[in-house]
Amino acid sequence: MKFGIVVNEGPYTHQASDTAWNFTRAALEAGHEIVRVFFYHDGVNNATRLTVPPQDDRNIQKNWSELGEKHGLDMIVCIAAAQRRGILDADEAKRQGKDSDNIAPGFRISGLGQLIDAGIVADRLVTFGD
Amino acid sequence: MSTLHTVNKSPFDRPSLASCVAHCLPGDSILLIEDGVLGARNGSASAKMLVDAMANCKVYVLGPDATARGMAPDAMVTGIETIDYNGFVELAVNHKRTQSWL
Amino acid sequence: MSKTNKKFLYVNRKAPHGSIYALEAIEVVLIGAAFEQQVSLAFLDDGVYQIARGQNTKQIGTKNFANIFKALGDYDVRTMYVEKESLAERGLDVSDLMEITHDTDDAEDLPSIQLVDRAEMARIMADQDVILSY
Repeated sequence: MKFGIVVNEGPYTHQASDTAWNFTRAALEAGHEIVRVFFYHDGVNNATRLTVPPQDDRNIQKNWSELGEKHGLDMIVCIAAAQRRGILDADEAKRQGKDSDNIAPGFRISGLGQLIDAGIVADRLVTFGD
Repeated sequence: MSTLHTVNKSPFDRPSLASCVAHCLPGDSILLIEDGVLGARNGSASAKMLVDAMANCKVYVLGPDATARGMAPDAMVTGIETIDYNGFVELAVNHKRTQSWL
Repeated sequence: MSKTNKKFLYVNRKAPHGSIYALEAIEVVLIGAAFEQQVSLAFLDDGVYQIARGQNTKQIGTKNFANIFKALGDYDVRTMYVEKESLAERGLDVSDLMEITHDTDDAEDLPSIQLVDRAEMARIMADQDVILSY
């Protein structure tokens, strides 16, 4: 089956991102296809490469980046939500006149249409939030 | 075709479990995840709500979340099935849509 | 654009202004209009407050997006289910809600809000292809 995954909360503050990651891994291990992982609301905060979590705890951003790389996942960060919260790639930073960017590997900034498209293309859409 | 309902918050935090149960139809499943597993404790004020729900729907608890919170299967309302993430995926596959009661 | 035509239901359960979910949900609805799917909105639990009459955010300094609901008819969103029990539990009735209409091919505008009871809301949810939960 084709799954769309929606992550509505950022790392650590809520369990949503962890649950989404565990679910996504299980779906991939069972041989399902992940059409897209769409990060919305505070979920865009999973995509900053600047986190320095404690050594004795999981690194949520790295978990997603590595899962994304291993399985070629389309991990989309909503541009509107990202702009509100300060998640930028190099192009966005340049366009908005900001002095740096912070997006982590494997994440891509794109529009809300990607969420609707995931709903259309996937057989199942599962939302993880607060 | 049926719905998989997920509830991720404790019934003592917000009324999402009550709202979920009130909107379930026969053949649906309810999966308690994250803090939502706390609603499954036997003897709690939410237990009756789940017993009533089970007349129409199967109720599941995500085992890893229960274990994280120190809740053993025998502490849960009778008839609730504990599953893991693989089981969560299977439930999502076997129901036409997933509705998250946040 | 995909030729698939799915039923999308946006489920709004949270009050506006205390969190961003209501605003960012409606932003999805606006963008989603371009995809020509069958879109409807559901308001239940505290979500009914999103379409309450008389919202004014000036003194809290946040964006008042309530009027966007009134424009949704232009985005082909003609159906907003509002749960009767959720209103009643909160001491509200339909007169406390904004008037939201949409154009039709005839001269008359029609109301977009449809009051439904809980059992009907459950049936509506069970009829959807995709549920977006906020």
